[in-house]
Amino acid sequence: MIRRTPFHERLAPLNATGLFSHWSGHLVSVKYQLDEKAEYFAVRNSAGLIDTSPLYTYRITGPDAERFLAGVLTRDVRTCVDGQAQYTIWCDDDGHVVEDGVVFRHSAEHFWLTSAEPNLNWFLTLSPGYRVTIEDISDASGALAVQGPRSRAILASLAPEIAELGFFRHTTVTIGGAAVVVSRTGYTGDLGYEVWVDAADAPQVFDAIWEAGRSHLLTPVGQQALLMLRIEAGLLLIDADFHSSRFTFTDTDRLSPLELGLRWMLKDLDGDRRFVGRDAIRRELADGTSRWAQVGIVVDEGEWDALHTERGIIPPKDHRPVPWEMMLFDGETGEGLRRVGHTTSFMWSPVLQRHIGMARVEPRLAAPGSRVRAEITIDHRYHTVAAHVARAPLFDPPRKTASR
Amino acid sequence: MTEPTTTPSGPRQYDAIVVGGGHNGLVNGAYLAKAGLRTLILERRHLVGGAAITEELKPGFHFTTFSYALSLLRPDIIHDLDLVRHGYLPLHMATTLAPMEDGDHLLFTQDRGSNIHEVSRHSRKDADAMDQYDHDITQVVMAMKPLFDQVPPNLFSNSPEDALMLADLAKHLKGLPKRVLHNCVRLLTGSAAEFLDDYFETDIIKGLFSSSGIIGSKVGPRSQGSGLVLLFHHMGEQDSVFGKWGFHKGGNGGFTQVLARAATAFGADIVLEAAVTNVITVNGRATGVALADGTEIHAPIVVSALDPRRTFLELVEPRELPADLVESIGRYKFQGTSSKVNFALDGLPQRPGLSGTGSEMRGFINIAPSMDYLERAFDDAKYGWYSERPYIDGCIQSMIDPDMAPTGKHVMSCFVHYTPYHLKGGDWDVERANLGDRVQATLEGFFPGFGDLVLQREVVTPLDIERVVGLSEGNIFAGELFSPQMYFFRPAPGWNQYRTPIEGYYQCGSGTHPGGCVTGGPGRLAAQQILRDRTSAP
Repeated sequence: MIRRTPFHERLAPLNATGLFSHWSGHLVSVKYQLDEKAEYFAVRNSAGLIDTSPLYTYRITGPDAERFLAGVLTRDVRTCVDGQAQYTIWCDDDGHVVEDGVVFRHSAEHFWLTSAEPNLNWFLTLSPGYRVTIEDISDASGALAVQGPRSRAILASLAPEIAELGFFRHTTVTIGGAAVVVSRTGYTGDLGYEVWVDAADAPQVFDAIWEAGRSHLLTPVGQQALLMLRIEAGLLLIDADFHSSRFTFTDTDRLSPLELGLRWMLKDLDGDRRFVGRDAIRRELADGTSRWAQVGIVVDEGEWDALHTERGIIPPKDHRPVPWEMMLFDGETGEGLRRVGHTTSFMWSPVLQRHIGMARVEPRLAAPGSRVRAEITIDHRYHTVAAHVARAPLFDPPRKTASR
Repeated sequence: MTEPTTTPSGPRQYDAIVVGGGHNGLVNGAYLAKAGLRTLILERRHLVGGAAITEELKPGFHFTTFSYALSLLRPDIIHDLDLVRHGYLPLHMATTLAPMEDGDHLLFTQDRGSNIHEVSRHSRKDADAMDQYDHDITQVVMAMKPLFDQVPPNLFSNSPEDALMLADLAKHLKGLPKRVLHNCVRLLTGSAAEFLDDYFETDIIKGLFSSSGIIGSKVGPRSQGSGLVLLFHHMGEQDSVFGKWGFHKGGNGGFTQVLARAATAFGADIVLEAAVTNVITVNGRATGVALADGTEIHAPIVVSALDPRRTFLELVEPRELPADLVESIGRYKFQGTSSKVNFALDGLPQRPGLSGTGSEMRGFINIAPSMDYLERAFDDAKYGWYSERPYIDGCIQSMIDPDMAPTGKHVMSCFVHYTPYHLKGGDWDVERANLGDRVQATLEGFFPGFGDLVLQREVVTPLDIERVVGLSEGNIFAGELFSPQMYFFRPAPGWNQYRTPIEGYYQCGSGTHPGGCVTGGPGRLAAQQILRDRTSAP
């Protein structure tokens, strides 16, 4: 039986397309209007409303909550202050990534953790010896993301303290008569917030935000647009850019944080904090055994256009992400060609006016500007098009982290 | 904007001076600076952009005073000049609304399937005719695009280079399929009506589609020549979608600010409120410019981004030019026929049968219920007066970019046709307010209660365009898009390659190929020509 999110009764009538898909067993809109690009632009230019309730949400409480999480999450939650959140991952003993999520610190004894897939058993298995309670609170709660340049004005009109909320900070406010947690987080790479509500309060919170957003062109945004936004933002998606090491069969499909471009998370590898996977990651660093580097790539659009135009074809520029990997090579097609990586996500980016991708390349090609060639098909034949490596996120507006 | 850099040895020396900071001047200056030329762009007004500007005429309300939409901008420019880094952001128009006189409407979205059903409400036959029409036009556009993006050959030169270009052109045309080449000729020489009549039977569709055939031009949909204007407006793309039009963040003034930042980043200096009175020539060679305040600035290359009349008859002494060129420029047709009426609105216009939320008004609102409506509007202009019931291309830009108006309020840009520059027995300074009333009354007819929403109104007649922007007779294309003044002949036979008879003096305005509209093509191609000439010079 497919489930409805707490916001379904409000959002479903706004879906003019009848297109729904399933996300973690919940009915969610693929797009609300005929034109997903209008939804995408709402987030980049005004504000979009995204129901992210299908995420799994866990509550971790108890005297040892901080110590427990510091030992299972790859990033150190002890550096996170009350009222702050962290994007983090968790690894297995071999230093392979299990999953990613956002941890919210309410206090040293009270955290929330979100993830795309169920992880309760994973954490419970690691919990013996710690005075900690881990509960799945997904069913009791809902989450509504308000993302885009106008998101601050919309939410601050309901709760003025939100105007001061810093990047990756969260606070409890009252919206629509209900107590909600608002965090300055999201999956779009733009200025944006997520509003965490008790399921029962969802309709009244929604109504308040919807009303406040009306004059700001607040637009409901479906999955199709969301998946565009996150690629520009360089945000990883499980089962697109990586797979959980728990459920893969070979090491080819497992990746370390270093290989996923998350070296920045590992600030204290030589410190006294022991966490699951640390020793393997340290070995990988010391031995230089990383197989891949996760990077952004940008296509040479002039060559893309010429390759098609020369063949009498209008250069295709599809903003909908390509659902397959594209091989990356070190030269033109032909003899002696060497494969040097592959894209994990790929699309035409309207704000960047180029085809862009998230990709894994051999570590020697990790430096921005490194040249690769991406395999495409034109007229049912393989061709390659020039691209270069660029630092992710490829779209990173100052407003995302700006204090005002 | 920067002041000219002063070095210890005196003011900065320039390799090139661009006269006019309209979009083509900025594009040209940016390309020249990128190539390493010390480049100065001089703009007469207090802001760059020429006819592509956005002004806050009422606090919080941003008006695209003149030019208001983008499509024809040559995509190479975006990448060559790294415009995205400087803020280039084309916004998406989700709808096109064409209200009808009987209360019904035609509403296009970006979904082909629903568009077919929408057209089918009016005519089932026209539904798949629309696909055929789109495909046929697109094929013609594909065939013409290479011509659009290259310096055209000079028919009257004996240079081997031109002979080669002509041979390439002949080869290209020879390679086109029969149907495509014939459609090219039909569009380039015929009327929009003849072409559209072959596909469609419905008034509202023909009204909407033929509007592209008259924009900015003194032709009716049934005039020979409107086919070319129709084709021209299909030559572009917006965010990669062929033939589509869109809106830039902050309006077209937002776009020209992006160009200014790019030009400056490449090292060009832009000086505002610097009116050039004339180009200084010595022995048939340009050596610099003189400003209204008496300053002289010297450079071996001077590029005019102004229209052909100003380029050849005002900035230089006509006697410096061959008489046949002076004659051609004298004959070159401007006859501006378009106006803008821009509104600050207290709320969204309403129309029975629409949702009331504005969801159908996130793009153009095309007031042309039939081809007859347009042709009658043209009739008025033929005899020297403005249309009793004008054609209006409206757009509530604050529905696309919320930053254009205060929260909850709106701005509406209305392109208005036909309003001839030369009024027979009238004067625009007298008629300006009447034109505003007429446009408002027309909108009132389609959106009852419209007048009650109007907080402020700005009426921009062809005379105002000429006075403020400097475009002769207010022609928005810097000269009509008529075949005798296109490609081989834009702006004059033998002078279609951005050069002039005065050595070192070049032209890069919309009056040169492929100008008209915000293409940037003339600025880019002129820069190519200038740089080529520099390397081949002894």
